[in-house]
Amino acid sequence: MDFRLNEEQQMLQDTVARLVRGEYSFEKRLEYSETDAGFSVDFWKQLSELGLTAVPFAEELGGFGGGGVEVQSVMTELGRGLCLEPYLQSVIFGGGLISQAGNDSQKETWLGGIASGELQAAVALQEPQSFYNLSDVETRAEQNGDGYLLNGRKAVVIGGHCADVILVSARTSGESRDTGGISLFALKADTAGIERREYPTTDGFKGCDLILNNVQVSADALLGEEGNAFEAIEYQSGRAIAALCAEAVGVMEVANELTLDYLKQRKQFGIPIGKFQVLQHRMVDMMSELEQARSMAILAASVADAEQNDERRRVLSAAKNIIGRSGQFISEKGVQSHGGIGMTWEYNFAHYAKRLIMINHQLGDDDFHLERHASLLQAH
Amino acid sequence: MNMNYTAEELAFRNEVRAFLDEKLPADLAAKVKGLRHLSKEDHQRWQQILCKQGWYATHWPEEYGGVKWTPVQKHIWDEESCRYGAPRSIPFGVNMVAPVIIKFGTEEQKQAYLPRILSGEDWWCQGYSEPGSGSDLASLKTRAVRQGDHYIVNGQKTWTTLGQHANMIFCLVRTNTEVKSQEGISFLLIDMNTPGITVRPIITLDGEHEVNEVFFEDVKVPVENLVGEEDKGWTYAKFLLTYERTGLAGIGLSKAALTHLKELASRRIKNGRPLIEDTSFSQRIAQIEIDLTAATISNLRIIAAVEGGGVPGAESSMLKVRGTEIRQAINDLARRAIGPYAIPFVAEELDLDYDGDFLSDENAAPVSAHYFNNRKLSIFGGSNEIQKNIVSKMILGL
Repeated sequence: MDFRLNEEQQMLQDTVARLVRGEYSFEKRLEYSETDAGFSVDFWKQLSELGLTAVPFAEELGGFGGGGVEVQSVMTELGRGLCLEPYLQSVIFGGGLISQAGNDSQKETWLGGIASGELQAAVALQEPQSFYNLSDVETRAEQNGDGYLLNGRKAVVIGGHCADVILVSARTSGESRDTGGISLFALKADTAGIERREYPTTDGFKGCDLILNNVQVSADALLGEEGNAFEAIEYQSGRAIAALCAEAVGVMEVANELTLDYLKQRKQFGIPIGKFQVLQHRMVDMMSELEQARSMAILAASVADAEQNDERRRVLSAAKNIIGRSGQFISEKGVQSHGGIGMTWEYNFAHYAKRLIMINHQLGDDDFHLERHASLLQAH
Repeated sequence: MNMNYTAEELAFRNEVRAFLDEKLPADLAAKVKGLRHLSKEDHQRWQQILCKQGWYATHWPEEYGGVKWTPVQKHIWDEESCRYGAPRSIPFGVNMVAPVIIKFGTEEQKQAYLPRILSGEDWWCQGYSEPGSGSDLASLKTRAVRQGDHYIVNGQKTWTTLGQHANMIFCLVRTNTEVKSQEGISFLLIDMNTPGITVRPIITLDGEHEVNEVFFEDVKVPVENLVGEEDKGWTYAKFLLTYERTGLAGIGLSKAALTHLKELASRRIKNGRPLIEDTSFSQRIAQIEIDLTAATISNLRIIAAVEGGGVPGAESSMLKVRGTEIRQAINDLARRAIGPYAIPFVAEELDLDYDGDFLSDENAAPVSAHYFNNRKLSIFGGSNEIQKNIVSKMILGL
């Protein structure tokens, strides 16, 4: 057993850490959040120039075939900076879907640009009624001429407001919530009939709902076989979960560091409030929540690129469940330990607290994953 | 043992309901039930209606324009007005400084301030907390130095709720640095328009401007604005905090929030069915409803105990902790109920005049912001940690 990063992985993590420290002060993040893109285009360029947007891709795309651990190293540091760039949506999730489901020509069209950061992908798998169930798809795609006609609505597409390509799930057959009959399309964002209803998010990102009104696409927009996309969707959302867990660990690390620092600095009744036992024990609980989360993020990273089976499904749901719960614990108890100052916009802690709660609403919350884990329970 | 309302109390409840049916403006109720923010004018409009009915000052003796309600009647009012979505009275004037003025103030102060509180002419805010004095309130540093007929006040107050609307502030200030911290504090009434006062907004994590910092630089306050005796302000402050804590259990608000949650969960869909029919989610709602039932009865037991007069003691601290935990748990479930739609933040949808399509639905729009905003419940009015210290010391003798 060895839980240490190897030399290359450590270098990777250090590189991202240096970059984030240099470019992602709290004040700068607030500015990036206010721009049209909702993130720093410059920082994104720097990530790509250092080859970081190519990490999970194959060598011929400029990457080095990084797996779960490499992705984890990057994501944890992006989490520490509360970075707004579309690494998860574009590089991990979007890139992953095209890599798994796309044919050679589609990969050639999209992956080079995604790996180099020149193209941005977003993932539109949720719908207003779907809650977190990715097989709950009511958007329809009907064969029409040489291609397909898409109608429906996709919900909460983070990064979708400025993506070049949006990966949309749509039903070509079957009933709502059948895993069969779901197809995946790579839609150019400027295709006629796509309306993007843009909004900022609670935690400082930007996204949109996607309204598809008679969107005509050619047959080469279909990724993989018609009606058989769920396997790739489920697998890649698993990779995204592992990456998001790693990000959450970075967010929790900083939230805990800020809280601990405050307990040492803040004085009431003539002594640092960290001298009060009730706050000491709470801080200890926050630390052990973080360690539980870290353990599960490591475990999730170890299965991110493994063969799909129930064990992988269980591990990823377990990880997301723990991350959701520990994130909420650290968010709420951290605010409480800070008192009023932990609730102010001007102080960075509040933004970490908000991100942790919102992470629970991405890719399924702890309730959803508890249920999923229960449905996969082994009798023995 | 009799847990039923008396015939008189039932008649009072009918009277309250009839009043709310007739007089509560529908747009105000819609705002409250929809978790929207109320403007200064909204609050003032409702206050005028209550005053006309003679039901605004529920903690005052009748001679000053108060209404003589028993604790049970106050409880009925609280429950019914929350259920109907009536705006909550901003407590700083009517329920906080007024009882202090009535008990400890001079006749001139009573004459000067009480009618203006009733009429809505004065909007009061509270100058207690300071950047360095939160839970340890007695360590406050804002100085008031006597110079002839005035106090010269210098310092800073913070977390001043709705201070941006206020023209009056009641402040705890230090008038004596030679004695123990609690003994050198005085209670001053200060006109916010006095030169030297600056109000600066504090934006909270939900993007709202609800609280403020108030700076005092050589602010001249007439000595007749001192309440009671110099250096005795801590006594008055503690008296006032008991009033503050009584309302903080928020049972009526929790019941209204639970209704909102059930409506929300009835409209949201999970696996093709209303979320409220989902076993695990409905059980989570049920658990909160059970906890709230227990807290309601605990609250009634305290109310019954003080029915003969007076204010509740340290038991109200226990209720504040329970009550705020329950409301926060309801806010948490509401956020969970909207699933991925907790993430978008569409500020314009929070405006009641918004006439566009809602991204998700009207009920969902304010839910995340409301959850974050209400993290304050366990912090303000004496943090829940401080409340537990009070219970531990006063009731358990630890």
